[in-house]
Amino acid sequence: MQIRELEKKARKIRRLIIQMLAKAGSGHPGGSLSSTDLVTCLYFAKLRHNPKNPEWPDRDRFHMSKGHCCPLWYAVLAESGYFKIDELWNLRKLGSILQGHPDWRTPGVTVASGSLGQGLSVAIGMALAGKLDKKDYRVYCLIGDGEIQEGQIWEAAMAASHYSCDNLCAILDYNCYQIDGKISEIMELEPLVDKWKAFGWHTIKIDGHNIRQILQAFDRAEKIKNKPSIIIARTTKGKGVSFMENVVDFHGRAPTPEEAKKALEELS
Amino acid sequence: MSEMMMARDVYGDTLLELGRKNKDIVVLDADLSSSTRTAKFAKEFPDRFFNVGVAEQNLMGIAAGLASCKKIVFASTFAMFGIGRAWGQIRNTIAYNELNVKIVLTHAGVTVGPDGASHQALEDVALVNVIPNMVIMTPCDGPETREIILAAVRHDGPVYVRLGRSKVPTIDDKGKFQMGKAYILREGKDISIIACGIMVKQALDAAKILAAENKSARVVNMHTIKPIDKEMVIDCARKTNRIVICEEHMITGGLAAAVSEVLAEENPVRIERIGVKNRFGQSGSPAELMKEYHFTAEDIVKACRRLLAKTT
Repeated sequence: MQIRELEKKARKIRRLIIQMLAKAGSGHPGGSLSSTDLVTCLYFAKLRHNPKNPEWPDRDRFHMSKGHCCPLWYAVLAESGYFKIDELWNLRKLGSILQGHPDWRTPGVTVASGSLGQGLSVAIGMALAGKLDKKDYRVYCLIGDGEIQEGQIWEAAMAASHYSCDNLCAILDYNCYQIDGKISEIMELEPLVDKWKAFGWHTIKIDGHNIRQILQAFDRAEKIKNKPSIIIARTTKGKGVSFMENVVDFHGRAPTPEEAKKALEELS
Repeated sequence: MSEMMMARDVYGDTLLELGRKNKDIVVLDADLSSSTRTAKFAKEFPDRFFNVGVAEQNLMGIAAGLASCKKIVFASTFAMFGIGRAWGQIRNTIAYNELNVKIVLTHAGVTVGPDGASHQALEDVALVNVIPNMVIMTPCDGPETREIILAAVRHDGPVYVRLGRSKVPTIDDKGKFQMGKAYILREGKDISIIACGIMVKQALDAAKILAAENKSARVVNMHTIKPIDKEMVIDCARKTNRIVICEEHMITGGLAAAVSEVLAEENPVRIERIGVKNRFGQSGSPAELMKEYHFTAEDIVKACRRLLAKTT
């Protein structure tokens, strides 16, 4: 997919996120919208996968460790053909295949997530299995900035470089906000690049909304040998909807019907 | 005198046996591989062994990721740290996804000995008992450890296997091992003693002492704590009307709780519980600690006598 098409696709994904959250009446728009360009580019221009065979053993793996942003994942999976778009309107409903956080019920989701900090370890396990089986698949793991305050992330960071997981690429959605406020006020993460470098990772710093930079980063990460890569993507929380951008309240609050209407107008 | 064996030695040997037969067996440890005996596997299959360092949460997470790619994963460390520091990982990532991870943890209970309270897991069974999809097994001796490890591999899903640190005597004439099916080691009609782990031997010794007093005790090895063998519990209640439950664990949340729940719903009878009563462990030799925490055959005998003395 070309850059303009990806931009169009990302806009469509953002619309789906707003629509499904408004319908569900709860959920997390802020981080879903900030990582939309990253995950859209991954699924529509990079990932080796087969929506008709979600558990294809040779597929590239994507694991969303920051599970609360699953509206984004669900929209991307539906657009890819893993299940019908209409399923999106059942988000967070009793019996739905689309649970409030990523779940094994959903075609295309292998391992559930939602409790922050656990996913990077899971991704390492997938990467090690690939090496053991001499398969050439890659593993991508989306982590949040607030999430990396979890100690387990740093246990995993140490292990990934110790095991030379060059088939692993972490994507950090650095939108600078967490539920309770600004990251820098709650628990500072800087110097972020230095931290990951010190843990033995190849770091790639990009604008997480620049499609060209995102695509280049995925390609560059793939060429790095003997160490894992992390794409530190500077993003805007709530990206694409003016009244949601950098507004902490929209970390975990769904738009009202009126707000959704306004948001969809902006995203048309 | 029967042979003395450490369950963890048998675990190490069984891993080797499995590793030679099945290349999908992968083993992880968190810097305790010499104590848990996974080091044997590491030596023969270095490519399929990962020592994650002192990082139990990462241990469980990596195990989950490997299992999601169809590996049969063993994750080992001490029970206190494996369950205590990684409960959320076991619950949310391993159990919820029903991943094929065998969590085999050693050094459970007070018989860890001199290391003291910080290393003596007495709450681990309680913590795993409440997690759906989990199976919990604990062997009574060396040979049964092998049976349990093999059964854990035959079961496609997460399993917690609880092992101790110390040498335990091998019990003769055990029943055929089947996951989820308890067996009777000694038949009796006056009282039942339902035990697991190292307490099975104490229960047998207690039954012998009681026999000398003309009281006949049935001894049951409840090696699978979850799912509990309801039929066996109900049978004990109906046939003997009195039950003593023995485990090297807190008296709350573990085997006694599981048995009591069955009894309360199906067939209430009088019980006594042998276990640690709302206190922590401490340093000492395993034998001293068995006495201090009332885990000896004599303690079980006393509990049986108390129950048998009750007429209603």
